[in-house]
Amino acid sequence: MLEIRNLHAKIESKPILRGIDLKVNVGEIHAIMGPNGSGKSTLAQVLAGRESYEVTEGEVLFDGKDLLGLAPEERAREGIFMAFQYPVEIPGVSNTYFLKAALNAIRKNRGQPELDAMDFLKLVREKMKLVEIDESLINRPVNEGFSGGEKKRNEIFQMAVLDPRLAILDETDSGLDIDALKIVANGVNVLHTAHRAVIVITHYQRLLNFIVPDFVHVLVNGRIVKSGGKELALELEDKGYGWLEDEVATAQVLGS
Amino acid sequence: MISLTEEKGLYQSQFASMERSLGSEPAWLAGIRKAAMDRFLSVGFPTTHDEDWRFTSVAPISRIPFKLASSFSHRQALTALPALTFGSLPGPQIVFVNGEFAPKLSTLVGSRDTVLVENLETVLNSQPELLSNHLCRHAGYDEHAFVALNTAFFRKGAVIRIGKNRLVEQPIHILYISTRLDEPMVSYPRNLILAESNSQARILESYVSVGNGVYLNNAVTEIVLAENAILDHYSLQQESLEAFHIATLDVHQSRASNFSTHSISLGGALVRNDVNVVLDGEGGEAMLNGLYVVRGQQHVDNHTRIEHAKPHCSSRELYKGILDEKARAVFNGRIIVRPGAQKTDSKQTNRNLLLSEEALANTNPQLEIYADDVKCTHGATVGQLSAEALFYLRSRGIDLETARNILTYAFASELTNRIKISSLREGLEKILFRDLPGYQELKESL
Repeated sequence: MLEIRNLHAKIESKPILRGIDLKVNVGEIHAIMGPNGSGKSTLAQVLAGRESYEVTEGEVLFDGKDLLGLAPEERAREGIFMAFQYPVEIPGVSNTYFLKAALNAIRKNRGQPELDAMDFLKLVREKMKLVEIDESLINRPVNEGFSGGEKKRNEIFQMAVLDPRLAILDETDSGLDIDALKIVANGVNVLHTAHRAVIVITHYQRLLNFIVPDFVHVLVNGRIVKSGGKELALELEDKGYGWLEDEVATAQVLGS
Repeated sequence: MISLTEEKGLYQSQFASMERSLGSEPAWLAGIRKAAMDRFLSVGFPTTHDEDWRFTSVAPISRIPFKLASSFSHRQALTALPALTFGSLPGPQIVFVNGEFAPKLSTLVGSRDTVLVENLETVLNSQPELLSNHLCRHAGYDEHAFVALNTAFFRKGAVIRIGKNRLVEQPIHILYISTRLDEPMVSYPRNLILAESNSQARILESYVSVGNGVYLNNAVTEIVLAENAILDHYSLQQESLEAFHIATLDVHQSRASNFSTHSISLGGALVRNDVNVVLDGEGGEAMLNGLYVVRGQQHVDNHTRIEHAKPHCSSRELYKGILDEKARAVFNGRIIVRPGAQKTDSKQTNRNLLLSEEALANTNPQLEIYADDVKCTHGATVGQLSAEALFYLRSRGIDLETARNILTYAFASELTNRIKISSLREGLEKILFRDLPGYQELKESL
């Protein structure tokens, strides 16, 4: 489904990603872990099409098609969804209007008819239950005045409504209490079926108790330095990232 | 084109011939006109060396030999009327075409005691005593050359009087239509609105054009609110994109009166709006809202001046501008708190949204506070659409253009939501956001 080959990216003149290789097949859950500043969020933003990052080398294929040539909205219509680490507040635009405009743009791309107000409301009500989000939040301007946890839940709610094929969760667990964490995880697990894939970007192992990954990758200094099964997350929880960073440093010294 | 030395001569000879044709005007008015003309002749048009006109050059106006407008085609105006009035408002309406009163298009109300909506010229002839205390008493011509010219030359306009304790539910519409003419014409609309004590009304003043053309509308409106009166005023400016529009609104508020104005500026090549409010009685409240949406080479200048003359008054001011292409906007917001005007509560905000790299906005708050127990705040911003917000919308599947439109709509909606005349609000939203998918739903969902 998703194939990242030798991806390099920089912001302004600072290189962040230094050669990422990753293959995600349908039905799989991949966790990407790593210390602060290792490039985890950059990877998510580059996949979603954030223009402030410049890809300098490598390629990304989605269903065999070149993803990097697509505008952010085209990627969304192809079925990619990124849950933001810091969701944006948009005063003056209600959640429902925003979500309906987004959903209908995606449906149009899929060759499906636009949803009318009634059908849309029905869908919204159903998905609201899933993430236990209050109706009053849905009718408010997008994220305006939401608490941190409400913003994260709103991301998962949007994901549930937009029904993507590849969901990328960028530190959705940061700052969530255990109840909110379970709700977020439940939203992801319900979505996760045989024809979808999920990439969970996280700093902590905690979320992976609820969303069980098939693969865990560790990103250090812009490269994936170790990949393994779900047990790798537990090992990281025990030992931290220091030993991997040391390994990388040693390898670099030996290499030079 | 005429030279700078010729420009005053043109207005002088026009004034002389107008004086001859005036007939029987009250002596007090004739004296005011003469004084105003003398004032203009001594100061001439402002230049960018004048502080109040620093960013707005009226050189194009001074160089065009405008003729006094005097003729119009009813037919042309009639065809356009429904669109111009947003499917027509249900209340009284007074219409002028190229500065001339159009009785056939108007629905007047003529009662001295209750509600009066009449042509100024008619009232000057029949009941001048109704006007003598107010007409030309609030709009000062000493400091504003265009007010001086209007005062010297005005003939037609609307007189609206809301009698004591009267509540007028339907909005009253003053409509100035400009049609396409062969030569550049000037009109001097002059309106006087008197809201007697405990009265309440809603008034829309609109300036619209049928077809493009070069003309000048130099308008002055005086509004007087007696004790406890409530007036909700709207001015909608949709002039031709080649036209000049200079408008001055002077408001005088007595004790516990409540005034709000909504200035909507969409058309015109060169536009200058002055709004001056004097809170001259305790407990008065003033709300000044402004929305300007300009593109191309349009230039719009909003100067506001709120004078807190008495204690315990509040003023709220929110002006927002959307500028595209090479448009320019100027906002100058002056707040004056007179000595002794304690407990003044004043808030001023100006926000400018630049949709292109070449658009330019100048914003200048001016606070002059001579009392010590007051609350006055102001804030001004000039900026572009947030890149974060655009990316957020796009990352959900919304295309760039729609995302820009949604954010622009959201920016303007804070002001359009304050418009209480629903047909005006909806008509305006259609003009501003007709390209937005499902804008009606967006509106309803907010």
